[in-house]
Amino acid sequence: MADSSGDTVLTTPLNALHRELGGRMVPFAGYDMPVQFPAGIMAEHNHTRTAAGLFDVSHMGQVRITGPDPVAAIERLVPGDIAALQPGRMRYTMFTDDRGGILDDLMVTRRENDLFVVVNAACKAHDIAHLRAGLSDHTVEELADRALLALQGPAAAAVMARLAPEAVKLGFMSGAEVTVAGHACFVTRSGYTGEDGFEISVPDTAAEALARLLLAEAEVKPIGLGARDSLRLEAGLCLYGHDIDTTTSPIEAALAWTISKRRREQGGFPGAVVIQDQLARGTARKRVGIQPEGRAPAREGTPILDPAGNRIGTVTSGGFGPTVNAPVAMGYVATGHHAAGTPVALEVRGKMLPAKVAAMPFAPHRYAK
Amino acid sequence: MSRIAFTKDHEWISVEGDVGTVGITDYAQSQLGDIVFVDLPEVGKTLALGDEAAVVESVKAASEIYAPVSGEVIEVNGELSGSPALVNEKAESDGWFVKLRLSDPAELDSLMDEAAYKAFVEGL
Repeated sequence: MADSSGDTVLTTPLNALHRELGGRMVPFAGYDMPVQFPAGIMAEHNHTRTAAGLFDVSHMGQVRITGPDPVAAIERLVPGDIAALQPGRMRYTMFTDDRGGILDDLMVTRRENDLFVVVNAACKAHDIAHLRAGLSDHTVEELADRALLALQGPAAAAVMARLAPEAVKLGFMSGAEVTVAGHACFVTRSGYTGEDGFEISVPDTAAEALARLLLAEAEVKPIGLGARDSLRLEAGLCLYGHDIDTTTSPIEAALAWTISKRRREQGGFPGAVVIQDQLARGTARKRVGIQPEGRAPAREGTPILDPAGNRIGTVTSGGFGPTVNAPVAMGYVATGHHAAGTPVALEVRGKMLPAKVAAMPFAPHRYAK
Repeated sequence: MSRIAFTKDHEWISVEGDVGTVGITDYAQSQLGDIVFVDLPEVGKTLALGDEAAVVESVKAASEIYAPVSGEVIEVNGELSGSPALVNEKAESDGWFVKLRLSDPAELDSLMDEAAYKAFVEGL
């Protein structure tokens, strides 16, 4: 299955189930993944916002870090305040480079004796090498024998209450070892849709059985990568490699909220000098939401202009938001044009389409308390 | 007398006299998924065979629709601006895109008829 040549298409433990469910399979980050099921992206998106969607995110990297002081160790690589986390709490942060660029974004859960880290599929080999190089005094273990399922939506908690009542006690951005239908899982109250939900790390051998159990619940339907993208875009969440990458800093990306006062003051992560300078003096550009005024979506790469026709930025993610029932986008604009409500134009197929800088999220977050 | 012809890019053209109505096939709409916007050309625009005649935006991506033959755009389907999902619901009738006044009806001869297109799709 795995192959260092990169030519082999990888599969998750749910591959056969996706095919059985009629998933339209596409290559994604080296994996054969469902972009949609027969219901289609629009229906899958809306189902997740009104009931519960089941996502296979097993392609993402799950990593366990152990050693003398994993909290202090990972803080050498990320600007997030991991030390401020109580055991069982989690945080969104990013690996930065020496220029303050973003190597990947990740979720870090502090557990009693280790850290549980989830990284992007496309970055995971690099991330694991980066962690091993930076944390040579610690053990960095890829949990390759675990699948990751996300159950997202307003009915997710009711579904979990039937299968694993303990999980429903978790607050947003918390995690715990929970037995789900007899399977030893690590469950977090988190997700990538803007909705309440859970991510369930499950042994790969139990993944299909657990997925079938979840899908047997009346509220739950399978959701592909297409709706995952439209859901996260409406929620204003970044997609690595598109909205953030090594050319964007966390400050430009409007992710300064992920860096605590202590970390801003103390630094101690790659690119801290650059990021501290940007926090003090501002940046030349900012990631913002963009709301086209018409019906035409503006895709990634669309030039953003001021009303006079001067180029001020570029769309980094754009498409149609089924919940807002309108096109939505995000991108970078020159500072000064970044306030919500600022009129801009989008150059789509040679036409200048009116749009406004918009506050994000486009669809309100509805996380658990 | 009308005739219908199909392209390998999954456009259909239904011709009556020298006017052809162009759309995409049901197979094409099923591949594109939920259509949220259709960018149509200006009436009066002259298209050569293979020119971009329209752009169809699904939730996920934009796809170009090509002129199956050469001609002048004499009408566009105004219903699509308010109801782009018509392309999903009635791809081969009410979900048409443009009407062309054909400049070279002989170009139709290089397209597939219904039976040939059906076989083509089955072979995909």
